[in-house]
Amino acid sequence: MKKEEVPQDGENMHQGTFKQLFYAVDDSGKYTTATSVGWEPENIAMSQAWEEINEKVEQTRAAVLAGKLSPIAYYMEKSLLTLPQLAGYVGKWQWQVKRHMKPDVFQHLSEDLLQRYASTFNITVAQLKQVQ
Amino acid sequence: MIDFKHQQTAHCECGVVSNMFRHYGLEISEPMAFGIGAGIFFAHLPFVKVNGVPGSTYRVAPGQIFKNVCKRVGVEVKTQKFGTPEKAMAELDRVLEQGTPVGMLSSVYYLPYFPESYRFHFNAHNLVVYGKKDQDTYLVSDPIMESITEIDSKSLAQARFAQGFPAPKGKMYYPVNVPKAVSLKKGIVDGIKQTCHYMLKIPLPMFGVKGIRFLAKRLAKYPEKVGPRKASLYLGNVIRMQEEIGTGGAGFRFIYAAFLQEASQVLDKPELKTLAGELTKIGDLWRNFAFEAGRVCKSRSAAGTSYQDLSKLLLHIADTEEAFFKKLAQVKL
Repeated sequence: MKKEEVPQDGENMHQGTFKQLFYAVDDSGKYTTATSVGWEPENIAMSQAWEEINEKVEQTRAAVLAGKLSPIAYYMEKSLLTLPQLAGYVGKWQWQVKRHMKPDVFQHLSEDLLQRYASTFNITVAQLKQVQ
Repeated sequence: MIDFKHQQTAHCECGVVSNMFRHYGLEISEPMAFGIGAGIFFAHLPFVKVNGVPGSTYRVAPGQIFKNVCKRVGVEVKTQKFGTPEKAMAELDRVLEQGTPVGMLSSVYYLPYFPESYRFHFNAHNLVVYGKKDQDTYLVSDPIMESITEIDSKSLAQARFAQGFPAPKGKMYYPVNVPKAVSLKKGIVDGIKQTCHYMLKIPLPMFGVKGIRFLAKRLAKYPEKVGPRKASLYLGNVIRMQEEIGTGGAGFRFIYAAFLQEASQVLDKPELKTLAGELTKIGDLWRNFAFEAGRVCKSRSAAGTSYQDLSKLLLHIADTEEAFFKKLAQVKL
């Protein structure tokens, strides 16, 4: 890639706040560096990944509001966490975390455990109990 | 206050090596660190799924580059892991007070200075903490950022103790013995040999040049195997592994070509410069592949033909890379 071919496709999700460094060749074929604000394929792939995440978060939110899942499921998706990761953060087995995703089990969780979930999601216990 | 010279780099691990060693008067450019560290690689692991999507990598395992470079230029490093964030942060403070910049592993998700769109749970990001602004704020030289940044202690502790694979467990490292002058020659030769071995000789279909063919064959079948929607996600992940944060398929090829140019001068081997030119062209082939793949993702067309075309592009890349690494392996160093 020649230096003047380093892509400057700003159609990205970080609104030009961030530039990456690239290695490219100058006119004499010698390597040098140049920064780039973004590139189309990367922008496409990244927005596709976020669309997928946002869709999943929305679906889970709807399930929580319909009383099918506890807020833990929603905040797990929203924080991009997987079940093994979340279990690791709160110090529980995966099957226990899965149980806590049942609304009636969630109702009876101890304050201490709720606090552990809340701090994992970087929110308060009050926020954890409420999904809007 | 530690006077740390920050320089933006394309790849975090090589960047930390280059920036940290320079602090001790040992000049090793980012491409040189990448080459000596034998960083370039390829693997496609369909069974290792990340968020339900098969994983590909264009580089060796995290930590390997750093380890290889230190071994090959004779830098002695102290590495520590911790059981609790409290201990990890206390030890960081202690080492900083001695005037030593500290390299560490972190999770991108918890680094507030990163653009929101990049903040996935990626746990093997390297950065250097080189001081404290006040009790609660650390000064950071993150190699992929344009300039130095800051981070609050709570976020830093979270980033150092992220869960998942690999869990950083507060891992931090710093040189304890840096030679003032080193000869890069042997390191370059060993690095090139290891790279050629990895790309050509691993007797499993997922690795090296064979791994590119392996991905090509599977990719052709994505639409019929997993349906158009998932096929698009799988393909998107190939692009992201290849292009995110300035590195990957094309990016690593360009860094390695820059390394070969430098190595050609150090070893006085003009053949390496010629090969650098060839590798630049291969990097352009990878860019072309990413570009076409992006178009396929965008249209989300279920037409199997586009995946077939992409597969052919990859097979061509595999052939060209095989020829390239065979030539590189034959250069008398």
